[in-house]
Amino acid sequence: MSSKDFLKGFRDAKLVKRVAGEIRHRVSQPWSIMEICGGQTHAIMQYGLDQLLPEEIELIHGPGCPVCVTPLELIDQALWIASQPNVILTSFGDMLRVPGSTSDLFSVRAAGGQIRVVYSPLDSVKIAKDNPQQEVVFFAIGFETTAPANAMAVVQAQKLGLENFSILPANVLVPPAMHTILSSPNNRIQGFLAAGHVCAVMGYWEYPTIAEKYQTPIVVTGFEPLDLLQGILSTVEMLEDGRVGVENAYPRVVGFEGNRAAQGLINQVFKPVDRKWRGIGVIPESGLGLRNVYQDFDATERFQTGEIRTQESEICIAGEVLQGLKKPADCPAFGTLCTPNSPLGAPMVSSEGACAAYYRYGRKNQ
Amino acid sequence: MTTQNLENLTMQGPICPLPHHHTETVVIGHGSGGKMTQDLIHHSFFSRLGNAYLAEANDAARIILPKGSEQVAISTDSHVVSPIFFPGGDIGRLAVCGTVNDVAMLGAQPKYLTAGFILEEGFPIASLDAIIDSMAEACQEASVQIVAGDTKVVEKNSVDQIFINTAGFGVIQKDRKIGGQFAQPGDAVLISGTLGDHGIAVMEARGDLGFESQIQSDVAPLNHMIEDLLNAVPEVHVLRDPTRGGLATSLNEIACQSKVSIVIEEDTIPVKPNVQTACEMLGFDPLYLANEGKVIVICPAHFAEKAINSLHASPYGIQAMRIGEIFADNPGRVLLKTQYGSTRILDMLANEILPRIC
Amino acid sequence: MCLGIPGKIISIYEEQSTKMAKVDFGGVTREVCIEVIPEAKPGDWTIIHAGFALNILDEAEALETLEILSEMAAFTEEEG
Repeated sequence: MSSKDFLKGFRDAKLVKRVAGEIRHRVSQPWSIMEICGGQTHAIMQYGLDQLLPEEIELIHGPGCPVCVTPLELIDQALWIASQPNVILTSFGDMLRVPGSTSDLFSVRAAGGQIRVVYSPLDSVKIAKDNPQQEVVFFAIGFETTAPANAMAVVQAQKLGLENFSILPANVLVPPAMHTILSSPNNRIQGFLAAGHVCAVMGYWEYPTIAEKYQTPIVVTGFEPLDLLQGILSTVEMLEDGRVGVENAYPRVVGFEGNRAAQGLINQVFKPVDRKWRGIGVIPESGLGLRNVYQDFDATERFQTGEIRTQESEICIAGEVLQGLKKPADCPAFGTLCTPNSPLGAPMVSSEGACAAYYRYGRKNQ
Repeated sequence: MTTQNLENLTMQGPICPLPHHHTETVVIGHGSGGKMTQDLIHHSFFSRLGNAYLAEANDAARIILPKGSEQVAISTDSHVVSPIFFPGGDIGRLAVCGTVNDVAMLGAQPKYLTAGFILEEGFPIASLDAIIDSMAEACQEASVQIVAGDTKVVEKNSVDQIFINTAGFGVIQKDRKIGGQFAQPGDAVLISGTLGDHGIAVMEARGDLGFESQIQSDVAPLNHMIEDLLNAVPEVHVLRDPTRGGLATSLNEIACQSKVSIVIEEDTIPVKPNVQTACEMLGFDPLYLANEGKVIVICPAHFAEKAINSLHASPYGIQAMRIGEIFADNPGRVLLKTQYGSTRILDMLANEILPRIC
Repeated sequence: MCLGIPGKIISIYEEQSTKMAKVDFGGVTREVCIEVIPEAKPGDWTIIHAGFALNILDEAEALETLEILSEMAAFTEEEG
């Protein structure tokens, strides 16, 4: 087939409704299922899939939004770097509105800082090549999905012998976060939808241990309406049958081992480091830092940002929302003091942060 | 000095330095109001836009209004689009069509435009000429005339190449009452064609996101299509062009003005497949992207078919579709019904549209 | 974290000794890095995220999934 016809089926209304019907048919008691990926949250809200589910299913939105969990310290560092003369800060569009302690990238740009939105980390390398007199820093956020591309940018910069390129390493890893969430004393998550594109890169060989340890079924899930409902159906089936294990509901993209070449690239450039998750706290070995051989490309080494004192809004309950302990509507500031136009915390900023998604799509009953 | 020394000098022609004739780029002198300004105006503007009004060369144009012109529509818009040339159009065409359309949205027949230019020194005159050619062409198509204008030149980096302000003037027929506040429960909501073309075309032309497509801006003057529509269906209540902020923002404005709610059906909304693809790639929603050649029409439901047929007869309305309905409850709310039967709120555009990785 | 969409590889080339491809997403094309799918060839479908190919899309697997779902769903309808 020359067109995407074979993929259109994953949005087919008839199939979607039928799978939703099958879920209704199988459910016999309430279940709480977390989808860890912000892209999945966005898709669920955009297509209104939660409205097709029986009442017994509660979907809890996890911290799978790198924009939401990038620690305040890193954001403040990015803001500081962007404010320096002769620096071009490049970033994915998502990050521009995320509030730091006192400012955001938009405001820094308005004050004269050079900030450029890029679609791909490799575009940052091009910008560095084209602007040899300026320092170019790439704000390298993302989960494992984005890690290979971020790694490639560093490898390319090295190949080109660029001396004016560096990255602010801010990648985070999913499995450590899952451990943290599932081991929390307040955890009420009974089933997990694993992030499909993270697994496309990493595979899902890390998950059977997690499923076993916490007695929680995990299903690798994609992003189209049919993918999401299938993921939920598989999870419900395992829960109803009392089975614990890992299933793959996104086989057209994800394999058990993942992409070895991509993993190799990540390992070549990055190593696991402890990382603070905004609103949650430090999760050991949950972030990626540059290996020593690539230290020259580390913006935190290149720029002496000094001591960063961070300050979060006192009202914002982002941490509890990100861990699925509270819903956005539970927040006293939701929709009033805190809106996409004037966000208090990161989950209201990013278009797939739980609060923003809920605000945009879910308010019709209020 | 002795006479002998003078004899040894050779003269190589007139030694009085003549000023450069600036024909390639705009310089500060072009904005001075003197001869250079006159030269620029005649060479670039009048030669392309020439009409009796401009020929009078006064500070203002004298217009004689036809009988029955008690209701007039006046609009103004400033155009700062970057890049100034993009697939399907340029800032000049945009400047004319944008204002022509704004006037037409009140059910008025646009007749006269003014055009004010702010030029950055160093701006190529060839580019200026091309832009004015484009404006002349658009005026011709829309049957309007630019009757007054102004040109200023500012220092480098004070503006981004060229900014254009246009104001438009049109006459509204006596019995017409069209505006965002007139939508009625039970009315049908129509759109004249595909959404998001202009937004994506301009984004592509900027080049930052590195994609290529055949998407063209839809920038076009809609006044003739609208006039035909209003002759066929005088009962139209609302006309609105969904420019910045897209369809979603315009519908929200109307819902607030008219104190009604609007429900639209997702699978009826026309979007070109490649625009849809670009949106999915970058994480955009086509309902929030700018359009410069589309109109939202709200009219009583029993006239909807007649209205669609009228739009279909125009080259700018070939893909017109009925997309929704007006309701009395929940005033100010706009809802979208998906093909799965679920419903979600369609808010106004909150802030700048940015590509996302999540 | 995962805006990845399917694209079809049109041509493959090298740039700065990195494997690249021109990809068609459906009327929109872009250059994409395919360094981690070295076995890819023109005509293959891939999932692209941030200008980077993650994996080759298994067409057969996709069609099989849809077929199973169609049959399952029809069966359910008959039952219910």
